[in-house]
Amino acid sequence: MAESAYLPAVAIQNSKVLDSPRHSALVRVTHWIHTLSFIALVLSGIAILLAHPRLYWGETGAVGTPSLIDLPFPFVLELQIRGPGRYLHFLSAWVFVLTGLLYVLSGLFTRHFWKNLVPSRVDLGWKSIRRVVSNHMHLKRPAAEESRSYNVLQRLTYLAVVFLLSPLIIITGLAMSPAVTSVFPVIVTVFGGQQSARTIHFFVAVALVLFLFVHIAMVCLAGFKNRMRAMITGHNAAGKEPS
Amino acid sequence: MSSPLSRRKLITTGLATAAGVSGLGVAAVLAQRYGLIPPDHGGIFGAGETLTYAGQRLLTSHHSLAREFNRSEISKVAFVNGKPPQNEAYQRHVAGGFADWRLTVDGLVARPSSFSLADLKRFPARSQITHQACEEGWSFIAEWIGVPLSTVLNFVGVSAQAKYVVYYSLDGFWWDSIDMPDAWHPQTFLAYGMNGGELPVDHGAPVRMKVARQLGYKSVKYISHITVTDSMKHIGDGLGSPAPAAGYSWYAGI
Repeated sequence: MAESAYLPAVAIQNSKVLDSPRHSALVRVTHWIHTLSFIALVLSGIAILLAHPRLYWGETGAVGTPSLIDLPFPFVLELQIRGPGRYLHFLSAWVFVLTGLLYVLSGLFTRHFWKNLVPSRVDLGWKSIRRVVSNHMHLKRPAAEESRSYNVLQRLTYLAVVFLLSPLIIITGLAMSPAVTSVFPVIVTVFGGQQSARTIHFFVAVALVLFLFVHIAMVCLAGFKNRMRAMITGHNAAGKEPS
Repeated sequence: MSSPLSRRKLITTGLATAAGVSGLGVAAVLAQRYGLIPPDHGGIFGAGETLTYAGQRLLTSHHSLAREFNRSEISKVAFVNGKPPQNEAYQRHVAGGFADWRLTVDGLVARPSSFSLADLKRFPARSQITHQACEEGWSFIAEWIGVPLSTVLNFVGVSAQAKYVVYYSLDGFWWDSIDMPDAWHPQTFLAYGMNGGELPVDHGAPVRMKVARQLGYKSVKYISHITVTDSMKHIGDGLGSPAPAAGYSWYAGI
C-alpha cells in the first residue's frame, strides 16, 4: 500500500475509500425500515401464536390431536389481540418483503454481497476461523481497520440471515395461505404440510430473534455509539478524521 | 464537487417520486376497475390489506384450486369451534329435521328464489376433500358435500353488476361476504354433507358456506339467506362483514 501511494490514481482511490461511507445510504435506510417491520412482525406474531400455542407436524392439528410441542403459554382467546395482530403482521410482512427485495436486488447490482459479505477462501480456512472465534470468546474489541470490514463469522451469519432464514420465513408464511398454495402447492408440500410449515415458521422466527439479540450484543461490545453512528450517518468516527 | 452530484440526486429523486406518485394513481384506478380493493381498505392497516387482497387476486385469477386430499387423509377429529345458534327458531329446525328450513336468495338476481334442503339436494352434488384452517392456528381435513354456489347463482340469474355475494347465518349474528371470483369458484360450496354423511349440527347444519381458498371464518355455518350486491357500502358497517370491526380482515386468503 505504501508504495502504491506514489501513484496519484491509487492515492485518489484510497482517499475515496476513506471518505466513502461504511454503509451505503440504501443499506442504512433498508436496515432501519427492516428493523421496524421485523419488530412489528415479532410482536404481532406472538399475538397470533398465543391464540393456539401448540405446534404440530404434518397437514393438520387441533386440540384433541397429538402435538409436536406444547409451548408453555396459555391459550389467549378472550383478549382480542390476534385480529389486529394479523392485520399488523401482513402489513409489516409487505414492508419486510419489499425492503428486503430492494436490499437484495441492489446488493446484487452493486456487488455488495460479493465485495463485503462473501468470505474469501483464506477467511474460510481453519486458522482464520479459529482466530475470529477466539477473539469473540475473549470479547476482544475489533481493531480499527476491522470496523471497516466484516470478519468471517459476521459474513457467514449475515449471508445465512439474508439468503436462508429470510426466504425460509417468507415461504413458510405463504405456505399457510390457502389462496397462495392453490397456485403454488409445492411451497407447502415441500415442508410436509401446512402445520409443518407453521412449526418451521415459528422456529425460523426464533432463530431470527436470537440473531437480533446477538447482533445487538455484538454492536454493544464493539462500541455501541460508533456502530450506531455508522448505520445512521454512514460514517465511523475514525472515518471522519482524514477528511 | 458535491453540488453537481446533489443536483443530479435531486433530479433523480424528484423524477422517481413523480413516477411513483403517478404510478400509484394509475394503480389505484386500475385496482378499482378490476376489483382489487377490499371493502376494509381504509384505516392504518388498509394499505397492507389492499396489497394482500390485490396480490392474491392477481395470483389466483385463473380459478386456481385449493389443494385436495385423499380420503385416507381425512382428519379423525374435526375440531368444533363455537356453539350452534341458541335461538328457538334453530332448535325447532333441528327438531323438525330442517323440513321447514329455507334458503332465500335475492338481491341483484333475475329470479329471487327460496330453496328447501331437498331443492338444494336436487342440484348435481359435488364433493371436495379440503383443509379447514382456522386463523387461530388449528386445522383439519374433511370431505364436504354440497352444491357449488355457482350452480345456484346460475339458477337465479346473477346480474352483470354483481360484485359481492353476502350470506347470513340464521343465528342472527354471523354473516360474511365474498367477491365474485370466489362466488363463482368451483370449490365454493353450499355444503350440506360432511365425511360421507349429513352435515352435523356442530359443523353448521343444514347448510354452511365452504370457501376453500380462504380461512375457516369465511365458511359461515347455518346459512339461511344469500344476497347478491354491487356494493358493500350499505350492508352492515360497510366493511364487508362484521370481522373487520372485530379486528379481522375481510379477505382471509392468508
